[in-house]
Amino acid sequence: MITLFPSRLSRAVLCAAAVCLATPAAAQELNLYTTREPGLVQPFIDAFTKETGVKVNSIFVRDGLAERVAAEGTRSPADILMTVDFGELILLVDRGLTQPVQSSTLAQAIPAHLRGDKGDWFALSLRARVLYADKDLGISAFTYEQLADPQWKGKVCIRSGQHPYNTALVAAYLARHGEARTEAWLRGLKANLARKATGGDRDVARDIMGGICDIGIANSYYVGLMRSGAGGPDQQKWGAAIKVILPTFEGGGTQVNVSGASVARHAPNRAAAVRFLEYLVSDAAQKIYAEANFEYPVKAGAAVHPIIAALGTLKVDTLSLAEIARHRAAASRLIDKVGLDE
Amino acid sequence: MPAARRLAPPDGWSAGAGLVALAVLAPLAALALAASRGEAGHWAHLLDFVLPAAIRTTAILLTGVGLLAVALGTTTAWLVTAYDFRGRRVLDWALLLPLAVPTYIIAYAYLDILHPVGPLQTALRALLGYDSPRDFRLPDIRSMTGCIVLLGFVLYPYVYLTTRAMFLMQAANLMDVARTLGVGRRALFWRVALPLARPAVAVGASLALMEALNDIGASEFLGVRTLTVSIYTTWVTRSDLAGAAQIALAMLVIIVGLVVFERAARRQRRYANDAQQPRPLTPYRLRGAAGAAAFALGAVPVAVGFLVPSAYLVHAAIVRLRFAGLSSNIVTEAAATVAWSLAATVVTVVLGVVVVYAARLNRGWWPEVCGRIAALGYAVPGTVLAIGLLPVVTGLDHAIDAAATRVFGVSTGLLLLGSGAALLYAYVVRFMAVASGGIESGFSRISPSLDDAARTMGETAGQRLRRIHLPLMRPALATAALLVFVDCMKELPATLLLRPIGFETLATHLYGEAIRGTYEDAAIAALLIVIVGLIPVLVLARVGHTRGLAP
Repeated sequence: MITLFPSRLSRAVLCAAAVCLATPAAAQELNLYTTREPGLVQPFIDAFTKETGVKVNSIFVRDGLAERVAAEGTRSPADILMTVDFGELILLVDRGLTQPVQSSTLAQAIPAHLRGDKGDWFALSLRARVLYADKDLGISAFTYEQLADPQWKGKVCIRSGQHPYNTALVAAYLARHGEARTEAWLRGLKANLARKATGGDRDVARDIMGGICDIGIANSYYVGLMRSGAGGPDQQKWGAAIKVILPTFEGGGTQVNVSGASVARHAPNRAAAVRFLEYLVSDAAQKIYAEANFEYPVKAGAAVHPIIAALGTLKVDTLSLAEIARHRAAASRLIDKVGLDE
Repeated sequence: MPAARRLAPPDGWSAGAGLVALAVLAPLAALALAASRGEAGHWAHLLDFVLPAAIRTTAILLTGVGLLAVALGTTTAWLVTAYDFRGRRVLDWALLLPLAVPTYIIAYAYLDILHPVGPLQTALRALLGYDSPRDFRLPDIRSMTGCIVLLGFVLYPYVYLTTRAMFLMQAANLMDVARTLGVGRRALFWRVALPLARPAVAVGASLALMEALNDIGASEFLGVRTLTVSIYTTWVTRSDLAGAAQIALAMLVIIVGLVVFERAARRQRRYANDAQQPRPLTPYRLRGAAGAAAFALGAVPVAVGFLVPSAYLVHAAIVRLRFAGLSSNIVTEAAATVAWSLAATVVTVVLGVVVVYAARLNRGWWPEVCGRIAALGYAVPGTVLAIGLLPVVTGLDHAIDAAATRVFGVSTGLLLLGSGAALLYAYVVRFMAVASGGIESGFSRISPSLDDAARTMGETAGQRLRRIHLPLMRPALATAALLVFVDCMKELPATLLLRPIGFETLATHLYGEAIRGTYEDAAIAALLIVIVGLIPVLVLARVGHTRGLAP
């Protein structure tokens, strides 16, 4: 059977075994476990390997990252655990799957509220949960609270309430307004839906273009992916059919989520792992976050992509990510309760 | 002598069946353990807000998909076996093609095609003179109806495959008798062919229903919140593995109940042929308009389940190639997909034969129970099964490493997980039911009198299997192998969780793109999945044509 493996593959398989055999000190490799899509991570890996000569082996695990690393235990080859959502990151920390890192480079680059006190997690990029609206619609400002306004009955598109992006938004609402108001808000939102709460964020733009809805909630970076043409000519049309408003909470700011990473508890290549994290907050890497992924760089002063800058000045809501994460499970239950996804 | 044999101590076959059952039970036991660690507190929430709607949704979906798949599968099977018309030989195998299209791909493809800004509605508006989709729109496909139709049209081949084989080889003698008694063609279908084919319809329909039940791709994408999607939400969004395991196991109990019920209802009947070679049914020749109509009828499921989505994928892949070129990894991924699926198919079919044959040897209740247990992996959603497999595989890995370190002074690391063996294990557990179902219906068509005759001539169990059963059931084996291969190739959740670092299949590649909404990037991978899936379908079609089909 082995002869059937293409060479790259057999090398990868052997690597997986060899990595465990290798002593950490001699390592010129790094194992990355990520819930972030491979396409978004690869540019960083390529640049890092080019700069340092450290080879990065990666595996994309969407769900069950925590379960897998926990089951692998002390023999886990994982060095870096990278997630696309703050809740997932905190979960890894809470389950004791990470280890603290003291690095002045990281501490200087990342604002204090976007990393763990003990250095057990680090945010690397930010994105905002924004409003897509029909380009001809006469609105210029919007609050998340307004999503439940009966004015929008049958006019709102949104992906599944149980998707981490939306659970985080509802958790933020819950942390701010309490359970009763959040439930009423969700019921209002449910009544306003133009179609089932499903699909992806870009479907919101496409459905607005298709006349199914007038407004919808989606992530900021998709605007860049669509309008830049990175997603192909069709998506450019979707991007052109909408206007984008940075909504706020009443008396607050815009809800953001982060992508981030931690060093794994039993990382066999700890030094390389720290080096990788430090690379990810370097000017070069932060530029990739802004230009290839259309995200907001986490590093103060790093430039955002012009398409994203054109959306307006982002005023980040002050509620801490840790506080929002604490309300995630309750938010998910409320979403069930009002049957948002039914 | 036969009585003495029945009381014989467990032999190699029963032991083999026992080991397979154990391998399937291990992840289920791990799930049960996880379930027992949870509190019962969340059941109030689930019972109040989640389960009633999820159960209703699931019941509607399964009823709809079941009816559609059985209707499409049995009528097309009857069409190509009872009638002969121009193009019948093509339809014969073309009706299998939708098997190659994973449910998640068909959902993406049809949303694109049928969206208000997609090609169909844009053309329709131009034709009818509407300027904007706000003035004229067709109903949204993201609905229960959309989900039932799409799943029905890709899953009917399970029913078609098993039922056609039955029509081909079983009904001829009885149907000739019925015909001489003056029963018309249509009545023949309803009163003779279909009742006789019931085991085959049941096997095919249960495979299709399990696929529908455990589907996350299409259902979630089309906004249909089934039990499986609820389990997934409970686990992922609320990090409540225990709760998810509890619902999954409750679901498993219900499925087992239904399967037992169906079998009990069938128990009193025997469906095996005589030892004599049965004559194939003589097809009735349709000419002219009738022939054309028959072909058109049979072509509809092929068009909806295969041609339209494939044409769309070809178009999208060409656009993508012009726009972004070909990813260099895709060949590696395709090779990995084929290699692992092939290996898993061989292992699954061999073990499937062992399990089913052990039960046929009829040495007490124990091999039969093992056979039922071995099929359980298919009744658990792939995501949940993968989570159950994780502690089993890593537990073995830790034990192997500890032993190797102690005895040889060498650390093996995570051997099973790191080498991809865990993936093979997952595929075997997940798809054993697919193999054993087909193999079982193959065995069931071989009269026990053949076994008895061979036994009186002194042949051992192994010799009988090699010289009588396996040659007689080559088509059933090929069918089982095809289904397992195609399923492995499309498999996503277990592959995602249990593969080694740096290992990608076409399905994981596709998913990596699809998850961030860049379906178009995934068009090439999706097309390759369909193309790779076509190969075994075409091979099977050839096997079918040699008419070695009849035992």
